[in-house]
Amino acid sequence: MVGSILPLRLEAAAVRRGGNRLVGPVDIEIGAEGVTVVIGPNGSGKTSLLRLMHGLERAAEGRVRWAAPRTEARTRQAYVFQNPILMRRHVVGNIAYPLLVHGVRRAEARRRAVDWAEKVGLGEALERAASSLSGGERQKLALARALIRRPEILFLDEPCANLDGRATREIEAILAAARDSGTRIVMTTHDMGQARRLATEVFFLLRGRVREAASGRGALERLATPEARAFLNGDILE
Amino acid sequence: MNEILEGLVQAARLVATLDRDLIEIAARSLRVTVTAVVIASALGMPLGAWLAVNRFRWRRHVIAVTNALMGLPPVVVGLVVYLLLSRSGPFGVLDLLFTPTAMIIAQVIIATPLVASITHQAIRELWADYHDLLISIHTTKSQRVRALLWDGRRALLTAALAGFGRAIGEVGAIMIVGGNIDHATRVLTTAIALETGRGNLSLALGLGFVLIALAIVVNVLVHTLSRTERASQW
Amino acid sequence: MIRRGTVVFATALLAAAGAHAETMRVAVTTSFHNSGLSDVLLPAIARDLGIDVRLLVVGTGQALRLGRAGDVDAVLAHSRAAEEAFVAAGFATHRREIMYNDFVLTGPARDPAGIAGAGGAAEALAAVAESGAPFVSRGDDSGTHKKELALWRAAGRDPEGFGTWYRSVGAGMGATLNTARAMNAYTMSDRASWLEFGNKGDMALLYSGDSSLFNQYAYLPVSVERHPHVKGAAARRLEAWLASDRARALIDGYTLGGDRLFTHNARVE
Repeated sequence: MVGSILPLRLEAAAVRRGGNRLVGPVDIEIGAEGVTVVIGPNGSGKTSLLRLMHGLERAAEGRVRWAAPRTEARTRQAYVFQNPILMRRHVVGNIAYPLLVHGVRRAEARRRAVDWAEKVGLGEALERAASSLSGGERQKLALARALIRRPEILFLDEPCANLDGRATREIEAILAAARDSGTRIVMTTHDMGQARRLATEVFFLLRGRVREAASGRGALERLATPEARAFLNGDILE
Repeated sequence: MNEILEGLVQAARLVATLDRDLIEIAARSLRVTVTAVVIASALGMPLGAWLAVNRFRWRRHVIAVTNALMGLPPVVVGLVVYLLLSRSGPFGVLDLLFTPTAMIIAQVIIATPLVASITHQAIRELWADYHDLLISIHTTKSQRVRALLWDGRRALLTAALAGFGRAIGEVGAIMIVGGNIDHATRVLTTAIALETGRGNLSLALGLGFVLIALAIVVNVLVHTLSRTERASQW
Repeated sequence: MIRRGTVVFATALLAAAGAHAETMRVAVTTSFHNSGLSDVLLPAIARDLGIDVRLLVVGTGQALRLGRAGDVDAVLAHSRAAEEAFVAAGFATHRREIMYNDFVLTGPARDPAGIAGAGGAAEALAAVAESGAPFVSRGDDSGTHKKELALWRAAGRDPEGFGTWYRSVGAGMGATLNTARAMNAYTMSDRASWLEFGNKGDMALLYSGDSSLFNQYAYLPVSVERHPHVKGAAARRLEAWLASDRARALIDGYTLGGDRLFTHNARVE
């Protein structure tokens, strides 16, 4: 791969909707390695921040800068939505779609999609309609589809919301494998146990702004602001 | 009541004896309408999908006009097509008046807005579902339209069948531009109008039942075929 | 997959439609077509002349309109004044009388206006107007409609001033007869349409036979000068055939339920 698209820099970037600032101004840098976990109460702007970085939201203020030209950066990242968007196709058809979009031949795309389906544990469901999958299976499908082009950076919005413990562990194992093979991960979660297990860097978001950031082992425990401590204690923040 | 029963008997007799005239006009009905629906789909489906995916200045107006055209009175369509194709009209030299081609043209005009409108509704919903994903995967506009048309193909089938239903049962336009010429442009609906005019109500009704049966057969056939298609598709 | 199959199917059907002998289009009136005479004449014409005559069955008004636009090669109509105007305007080279049939007055069998014993067609219509019994008019500018209006004028009446008993339906002969039956109304029909009409119910033929009810059919070949594309040669051959003794035998010999319908009266030139 020629040159990295990372680091990603947000410079005083903000998302507005109907006159309200949903996020920002935010100044952060997403470096080349690790797992960034964004936490914060509902409505604090976690999803909007992820969408801003991925390019699904326009920066109304400031800039979102990749280390590579914009179109280059756009094709080397992927996003897993909180409610997986399933195409009205079979499992393999869903997973193969990004390859087809980017010019891979049908047979080759199918072969690789089958590989990935097996990798994420959907080997028994290849020809099943995506709409017939369970919640955990849907997330796995979305993950396989996001990972199939080996993105340099993967955004995940609450990948384990509404999943049971076992499904959550399976998803985390897939994420860990992706991380170990060099995919940078940026995700939101409400599951502090998950944040503890995965994070090498934590952003605590409050009212659209990064209230506090911490990194390294035990990053979550290093959060020190009263708001962050209160949030981790389960107190309600306005 | 009696005449309705008689109509059923007539229909059964016509079908059972494989009446040659009946087979001829039923085949012509199918040929004209299927051709018209194929053309209307080729025009209406991309238009409907395009309207769903693109934002442009006059979009709302175009959609409103398309929806309004669904209610276009066939007689008016027939009259306009007649005036255009008449020897004294602008396309008279093509010598298309009173041919099946003229009937196909009229039915395309009648069916296209319906196909486009139903396509637009269906694709708009699918686009709302797919929007973020297709943007995230960095698809081009034409890739988006293709994915939406392909994944929405069941709804498109419904659109095509709705167009078929409107066209196969239509009489006002094709009567004017086809002329109901025996062995040339007579189809089921114009034959029904003719027999009604002759006061042969039970025969007219019998042809009507044949028309209904034909429409049902086509619908069932299409749905059956599309199900087998799903099984082989990944 | 499905889409491709459909196209192949449609193309095959389209291809099967082509290939035929010389064809020409003739606009004829509903009354002529309803008589069933065309079922006898057309095969004979195909055999004798090798011409596949395609009939456009419409009212006289629309038939002349089709001729004026050059959409047909000839017109067979039965409304003398309109036909002569058509020739005078140069849309046809001439008018050739071929045959005649007659009109009849029909109505509810109990005949509330008592027209059955009338001394003439005009008198019969006057009786309907006097009684106020419903009357259904074609109202479609057809030859039959024009004939009816002429008869009202002969009876000294003007349909413009009629009350609600006079219903102008703007429809073909069959539809008009259907309406008249449903309304228990009187109406005027050509004899052939009446005899062929399958939905008579308790309607009856109440008056006929007056010479003012005779209905002359004439053949109008569309002018080749006006419309160079029309098939003038075929139209001439058809005209000669219609005036021939062969056509005379077929036309005079044609019966419906035992009744002779038409009388051939073309003069040989």
